[in-house]
Amino acid sequence: MKKRAVAVLLAAVTAAGLLAGCGGKGAENGPGSTEEGKVINIYSWNDEFRTRLEAVYPEVESTSDDGTVTTLKDGTEIHWIINPNQDGVYQQKLDEALMGQVDAAPDDKVDIFLSETDYVYKYTDAEADVAMPLEDLGIDPETDLADQYEFTKTTASDENGVQRGSTWQCCPGLLVYRRDIAKDVFGTDDPAAVGEKVKDWDTLKTTAEELKAKGYYTFSSYADTFRLYGNSISEPWVAVGDTTIKVDQKIMDWISDSKEWLDAGYLDKNVKGQWNDDWNKAMSSSSKVFAFLLPAWGIDFTLNPNWDGGDGAWAVTNPPQEYNWGGSYIHACTGTDNPEHVKDIILSLTADKDNLLKISKDYLDFTNTVSGMQEAAESDEYASDFLGGQNPYQYYAPVAENIEIAPLSSYDQGCVELIQNSFSDYFQGNVDFDRAKSNFETAIKERYPDITEIQWPE
Amino acid sequence: MKKKRKSISYAKWGYLFILPFFICFLIFSLIPLIDTIRYSFYEYYRSGIKEIGPNFIGMDNYVSLLGSDMLKYAGNTLILWIIGFIPQIVIALLLANWFTDIRLKIKGKQFFKVVIYLPNLIMASAFAMLFFAMFSTNGPINSILTSIGLISEPIDFLGSVFGTRSLIGLMNFLMWFGNTTIMLMAAIMGISQDIFEACELDGCTSVKRFFYITLPLIRPILAYTLITSIIGGLQMFDVPQILTNGQGNPDRTSMTLIMFLNSHLKSRNYGMAGALSVYLFIVSAILCFFVYKMTNGNSSDAYGKISKKKAKRGR
Amino acid sequence: MKSKKTKHGQTILAYIVLIFLTFLCLFFFYILIVNSTRSHADLQKGFSAIPGTYFLENLKNVANDGSFPMFRGIINSLIVSGSSAALCTYFSALTAYGLYAYDFKAKKAAFTFIMAILVMPTQVTAMGFLRLITNMGMYDSLLPLIIPSIASPAVFYFMYSYLQSSLPLSLVEAARIDGSGEFKTFNRIVLPIMKPAIAVQAIFTFVGSWNNYFVPALVIQSKDKMTVPILIATLRGADYMNFDMGKIYMMITVAIVPIIIVYLLLSKYIIAGVTLGGVKE
Repeated sequence: MKKRAVAVLLAAVTAAGLLAGCGGKGAENGPGSTEEGKVINIYSWNDEFRTRLEAVYPEVESTSDDGTVTTLKDGTEIHWIINPNQDGVYQQKLDEALMGQVDAAPDDKVDIFLSETDYVYKYTDAEADVAMPLEDLGIDPETDLADQYEFTKTTASDENGVQRGSTWQCCPGLLVYRRDIAKDVFGTDDPAAVGEKVKDWDTLKTTAEELKAKGYYTFSSYADTFRLYGNSISEPWVAVGDTTIKVDQKIMDWISDSKEWLDAGYLDKNVKGQWNDDWNKAMSSSSKVFAFLLPAWGIDFTLNPNWDGGDGAWAVTNPPQEYNWGGSYIHACTGTDNPEHVKDIILSLTADKDNLLKISKDYLDFTNTVSGMQEAAESDEYASDFLGGQNPYQYYAPVAENIEIAPLSSYDQGCVELIQNSFSDYFQGNVDFDRAKSNFETAIKERYPDITEIQWPE
Repeated sequence: MKKKRKSISYAKWGYLFILPFFICFLIFSLIPLIDTIRYSFYEYYRSGIKEIGPNFIGMDNYVSLLGSDMLKYAGNTLILWIIGFIPQIVIALLLANWFTDIRLKIKGKQFFKVVIYLPNLIMASAFAMLFFAMFSTNGPINSILTSIGLISEPIDFLGSVFGTRSLIGLMNFLMWFGNTTIMLMAAIMGISQDIFEACELDGCTSVKRFFYITLPLIRPILAYTLITSIIGGLQMFDVPQILTNGQGNPDRTSMTLIMFLNSHLKSRNYGMAGALSVYLFIVSAILCFFVYKMTNGNSSDAYGKISKKKAKRGR
Repeated sequence: MKSKKTKHGQTILAYIVLIFLTFLCLFFFYILIVNSTRSHADLQKGFSAIPGTYFLENLKNVANDGSFPMFRGIINSLIVSGSSAALCTYFSALTAYGLYAYDFKAKKAAFTFIMAILVMPTQVTAMGFLRLITNMGMYDSLLPLIIPSIASPAVFYFMYSYLQSSLPLSLVEAARIDGSGEFKTFNRIVLPIMKPAIAVQAIFTFVGSWNNYFVPALVIQSKDKMTVPILIATLRGADYMNFDMGKIYMMITVAIVPIIIVYLLLSKYIIAGVTLGGVKE
C-alpha cells in the first residue's frame, strides 16, 4: 500500500512538471489547428484493433478491401501497418520506425502503435519516451479514464507513474472446466460448487488428487499455471537502471509446484507448453484434462475452436488466484503530426462506455469499463452459448477488480519465455535443477546483452 | 606465341563478363559484410529501444565468445550435419548410378526422379512445422504406431536428445537427397558414353565401373555437393529452430551456430553477432579450402581426356 | 549369364529402395493434403488417413481473407523467384564463362575471391544489407530481393564445374574463326551447351527464392508486396485471431502447388536436356 502511495505521489509530481512543459507544445498543435497531417499511421500485429475501430469510431467512413487504408469522414486516411508478432518481427519493424521517427516526413511518422502486456514496458519507458504521456495529448487519466480498471492504467504507466497508453480490453482470467468431468468426479457441475473446490492452491491440490483417482488431469501443462504465479511476483524481474535479474520466490514456487504436480500426475506430461498441437488436442473431447486457465479471448478464440463437441460442455468459475493474461495497449507515438485525431481515437475506443459495451457484445472482449462490466455481469444479454447459457462476466468482473498487476520491467517478455523454456527440460527429467538454472542464465544473457548477473532466491 | 597473343586481345571480354557479378557483390554483400566485421570490434546492442554503443572494445567480443558455449554449438552443428549428410550422399550416389545405368531397366524413372525431389520444394519452416505436429506425443505418428501395436505408450520424440537429433537428420536427408541425386545424375550423364562402352567391352562389373570410372569422373560435382552441403550444414537454421522453438531443446543439444547467431541478432547485439559471423566465416573458409584441395588436386588429367574426347566428337 | 543375374537382383533392389523412398517422400505430402481438406474441429479429433470435405471451405477461408492477399502474394513470389532464377543463372553462366574461357591478369584472384565468399552465411550481412537498401531507397520494394541474385557464388561454381567438363575451348576458337563476336558466341553457342546446368540451377534458385523468408521479412513492409512465406508466417503466428489449423495446412498447400507445377514443367526439360546433352553443332 505504501508503495502505491509513493507511486501516486510521483505521478502527481511528474504530471505537474509535464503539464508545465507541455504548454508550448499545446499551442503549436492546439485544438482547431489546421496543422493535422493527412495520414495517420498505425502499427499493429493483426486486424484486431482495426475491427474495433471500425465498429465504434464514429468518424470512420470506409476501409479499403485489402484492409490497409481506412478513410475518415474528414478525408484523413488511416494507414494500417501490420506485421506478425511471430519471431519478434512486429517489434523489430516498430523499433526501426521509431528510431527513424525524428527524420521521417510528417505523413510517414508513426502516429499510433500498439503493444502487448508482455512488452508494454519497453515502450512506456520514460527515458525512451516513444509513447506520449496521455496528458500531453490532453487526456487526463484521473477524470477521462476514471472508469477504467486501475491495473490497466498501472500497466500502461512508466516507472514514474505517468500513463503513456490506454486499452479497450482487459483480460482477467478464469478457470474454465469440463462439466462432464466435474459431474463424474464431484457429482455436480455447478460453478459455485466447483469454485469452492478450486478456490486456492491448497484446496486445488486436494481436488487434483480426486481428479487423478478417476484418471483425469487437472490442467494440461505446467505453462498453464505460469501466469498466476508470474502475476504475483513482488519485485520486477529487473529493477529500473539495474542489470541484475532477480528471480522472484513466486517463480521458484512455480518451478517446485510444477515439478511436484507433473510428477504426481496432475498434469498431462505429453503436453509441453502452450500454443502447440498437443495443447490444442488437450482441449478436445478425447482429452482427459479437466480445466484450463484462460481469459475471455482464450475461451472464445482458443478453447471454442479447439472443442469438437457441442455447446454447453464447459463452464467457468473463479481461478485459484486472480490473474491477467494479455491486453493490447494503444499508444500515441511521440512526434505524431495528428495529435487531435489520436486523442479522439484513444478516448473513443478506451473511455467511452457505450462503445466499450458494443465491443464486448460484438467481439466478446472483456472491456475496460468498471461500471459497464458490472452491468454486463447482471444482464442476460451477455450470457454465452458456448458456456451453456452461463454469463461469464459475473466471474470476470470481480477478478478484474482484484487484479494486482505485477511490477513490470522491460525484460519481462524474455524472462517469462526463457524461464519456461529452460525449466521445461527439468520438469521432463532431462536435466537437473542446477543445469536448468544455468541454461536460463545463458539464454537470458544472450537475449539481453546488458544483463550481468542473475540472482536466485535462497 | 599464338596463344599468348590471343589471350591479350580477349582479356577485356573476360573482365567485361565478370563485371556484373562483382559490381552486384560489391554493393549488396561486401558493404554489409564490412559493416559486420567493423561492428565485431564494438560494443553495440539495443536495450529495449535504446541503442547502446557503438563503443570500441577491441577483441572483447571474440574473447567472450570463446568463453561461451560456442564450441558446444559447433559440435552440435557438426553432428546434425553428419547424420543428415552421410545417408544423403550414399543414397544419392546409389540412385544416380542406378538411374544412369542403362543395363538396369528401371521403369518409371521420370516418376521417381520427380518424387524424390519433391520434399525440397516445401519450405523448410513449413516442413519443420509439419514434423513437429506429426511427431508430437499425441500426433499421427504415435497414434499409427500405437494402433498397429508396435508401442504401448506414446514415444516422446522431441523430449530426448536422440529423438530430436534423428528427426532433424531425417528431415535434412529427405529435403536434400533428391537434389543431390539430380545433381550427380547430371554429372554422370556428362561422362562420355564411349568410356562406359569401352568399360563394358572390358567386362567390368557395375561395382567396379562405379568405383573406378564414375566416381573419379564426377569428382568436381561431388566436391561441389560436399562444399554446398558443408555450407548448408554450417547455416543450418530453419529446421532445428522451428522444431525446438529456437531453444535447441533438450538441454541445448540441438542448438546450431546460426541459431546462436540468430539469438544475438534477435537481441540486436550487432557486436557479438559480428564477431560470431567472423568466426563462422573463418571456419567455413578453412573447411572449403581443404575440400577443394582434396578433390581437385590430381584430377585434371581426367578432365583433359574428357575435354579432348568431347572436342573430337564435337564434329 | 552370371552378370545378367546380378543385374536382375540389382534391379529388384533398386525398386525396393525407390519404393521405400517414394513412400517416405509422399507420405508427408499426403498428410499435408489430407489435413488441408479437414476442418479445425476434425483435425482436433486426431489423425485420419481419409480426406475430409472441407477442402473448398478452407480454400475459401484462405482466399477471401481480406487481411491476407494470397493471390497477390503468389504473383509477387512468382515475379521475384522467376526474375531471380533468370538473372542468377544467366549472370552466373556469364561470369563462369568469363573466368573459364579468357586469360587475364586478375583471373586467378577473381576466382579465389569468389570461392572465398562462397561460404559466407547470408544471415551475417542481413543487418548491414537492410541499412544499405534503406539508404538506397529500395526499402519495401521487390528489387532488393531480385538484384542481389546476380552474384551467387554457389551457382557460379556449379556453372564453372560444368563448363570445365562440357565446354571444349576449341569450340570457342572455332566460333571466333567463323567471325562470331564474343558476346554472340556466349549467347548462341555457350548458353545452349549449358542448358542442362542452367535448368538445374534455375530450379534450385527458383525454389530457394520462393521459400526465402529471412530477407523478405526484413525488407517488405506493405501488404501488396508480401511474398508467400511472409503470408504464411502471418497466418501461423501464435495469434489467437487466426487460429485455424485447417487454414494453415491449406495455405501451405497453396504455397507449394505453384512450385510443384513449375517443377513438373521444368523437370521434363531438364531430363531431356541431360540425356541429349553434349555438344550440338
